[in-house]
Amino acid sequence: MSVPRYWREEVPRYRLLGKVCAGCGAKFFPARPVCTECGSTEFKDHKLAEVGEVVTWTVVRNPPPGFEKYKPYVVALIELEDGMRLLSQVVDVDPEEVQKGMRVEAVFRRVKEDGKAGIIQYGYKFRPVVE
Amino acid sequence: MKTARQVGIVGYGAYVPIYRLEASEVNRVWGGDGAPVEEKSVVAPDEDTVTISVEAAKQAVRRSGIDPSEIGAVYVGTESKPYAVKPSGTIVAEAIGATPNVSTADIEFACKAGTEAMQNCIGLVGSGMQRYAMAIGADTAQGRPADALEYTAACGGAAFIFADRSADTVAYLEASYSYVTDTPDFWRRSKEMYPRHGSRFTGAPAYFKHIQGAAKGLLEETGYKPEDFNWAVFHQPNTKFPIRVGRGLGFTMDQINPGLVAPKIGNTYAGSTPIGLAATLDIAEPGDKIFAVSYGSGSGSDAFIFTVQEAITEKRGGPKLVSFIDRKKYVDYATYLRFRGQIIQ
Repeated sequence: MSVPRYWREEVPRYRLLGKVCAGCGAKFFPARPVCTECGSTEFKDHKLAEVGEVVTWTVVRNPPPGFEKYKPYVVALIELEDGMRLLSQVVDVDPEEVQKGMRVEAVFRRVKEDGKAGIIQYGYKFRPVVE
Repeated sequence: MKTARQVGIVGYGAYVPIYRLEASEVNRVWGGDGAPVEEKSVVAPDEDTVTISVEAAKQAVRRSGIDPSEIGAVYVGTESKPYAVKPSGTIVAEAIGATPNVSTADIEFACKAGTEAMQNCIGLVGSGMQRYAMAIGADTAQGRPADALEYTAACGGAAFIFADRSADTVAYLEASYSYVTDTPDFWRRSKEMYPRHGSRFTGAPAYFKHIQGAAKGLLEETGYKPEDFNWAVFHQPNTKFPIRVGRGLGFTMDQINPGLVAPKIGNTYAGSTPIGLAATLDIAEPGDKIFAVSYGSGSGSDAFIFTVQEAITEKRGGPKLVSFIDRKKYVDYATYLRFRGQIIQ
C-alpha cells in the first residue's frame, strides 16, 4: 500500500470509524462516496462497535506477499454488536480454537510492513474477548 | 517535588501480550540453570511498543470516561520504538482519537522512561498547561541469546491519564522525587541490536543506590515512614531485586506482593513500574497509600506517593491486569525467536 493511501485510511482503520448515510441511515465500513441504498452523497461519521462474534472463518496457509510470517492465520467474517459485518484477522488464537459465535473484540495491531525500511501499517484485528 | 495544583489519575490501563517463554526453556537450549523469573511475556509477531501502548491507552480512556479529544499530551516512555525516527506517540494519539490538539513525544530513559513520562504529564497538569495528559510506559525488550537478560527481557505496558485532583480521579499524587546520576550499567549503542550491561555493576551502584536514593529522598521530604503505606511498587528486573530493595527500606512482602508481577511476566522495562502500579490500583481500596519507585539504567529513579480515592471502586471496570497475565499461551524457544524476528524465512 502506498504511503498516501495508508495515511488517508489511517483514522477509519485505527478507530473502526465508518459512515452513516444522512439520507437513509445506511451504514458503511469502509466509507463509500455514494450511498448504495439511496444515492445520497451526504454522510456522517459512525463509530463501529468493537465487540462482535464470528459468523464464519477460514485459515490462510498460503498468504499473499507481506503476510508470510503470520501463517497460518485466521480471517473471519465478524458481525459486530451494532449489526455491521466486516472481515478481519483473528489473533491470539490457534486456528483450531475458532468457533462460530466466538465473541471477539477489536485490537490495534501491525497489519503489514513495507519491507524493513518502509512504513509499518497498523490497523484493526480481532481477538477472543478478554473478560 | 509537589505540584502547584493537585494532580490525580483519572484513568489507567495495563496490558501484557498473550505469549510466554518459561525460564526452563532458556535453560534447555543454553544449558543454564537460572530462573530470575518463572516465565516472561513474549511479543506476538504483529505487536510492538505502539500496539501495546494503544491497548493500555484505550483501557485508560474507557475507564476515565473522558472524551479522548480533550487529552492534551501523549508521552510514550520506551526504549524499543518501532521506528528509529518517527514518534510512537503520534500513532498512539491518532489511534485513541487525541489528535490534532495534542503534544506528543517519545521519552527514553531505559526502564525509567515510563515514570519519566509520568513526571512530565504531572508537570503539565500541575502547572495548568493541560487539562488531561497521558503517560505511557511500554516496551518490547530485547536480550541477546544466552545472555542473562534473555530470561527476563519481556513486553507490556501501562497508561495513566493525569488530571486535576477531583472526585473523578481514582488516586491523587501527594509528591514525587527524582534521583539521577551518570552510571553506565547498561546501554545500547546506535544500530546495535542488543544492549550491553556491566553484569554485577547493575546491582549495588546502579539499581539499589538509585532506588534507595529516590525512596529515602521522598520519605524524608514528606515525613512518611514505610509503615504508613498500604502498598509498595519497585522496578522489577527480576524477582529478587524488588524484594531485596523493598525489605531493605523497611517495607514488607504484604506491601510489595500485589504489584510484584515480574515472576509471571518478566521485566517489561519502561512498562515495569507502571504495570506494577496498575496491578496495585486493581486491588487497592479508597484511602490506601501507594509508594512506587522506578529504576532506569544510566541511571536514575522516580519515586511517587499516591493516595487512592473513592472513584477507584467504580472506575476500574473491564478486564484487570490479572486477566491478561493469566491469559497465556506458552511458546518454545524456536517460536520465541521467530516471533522476535531473530530467525527469518
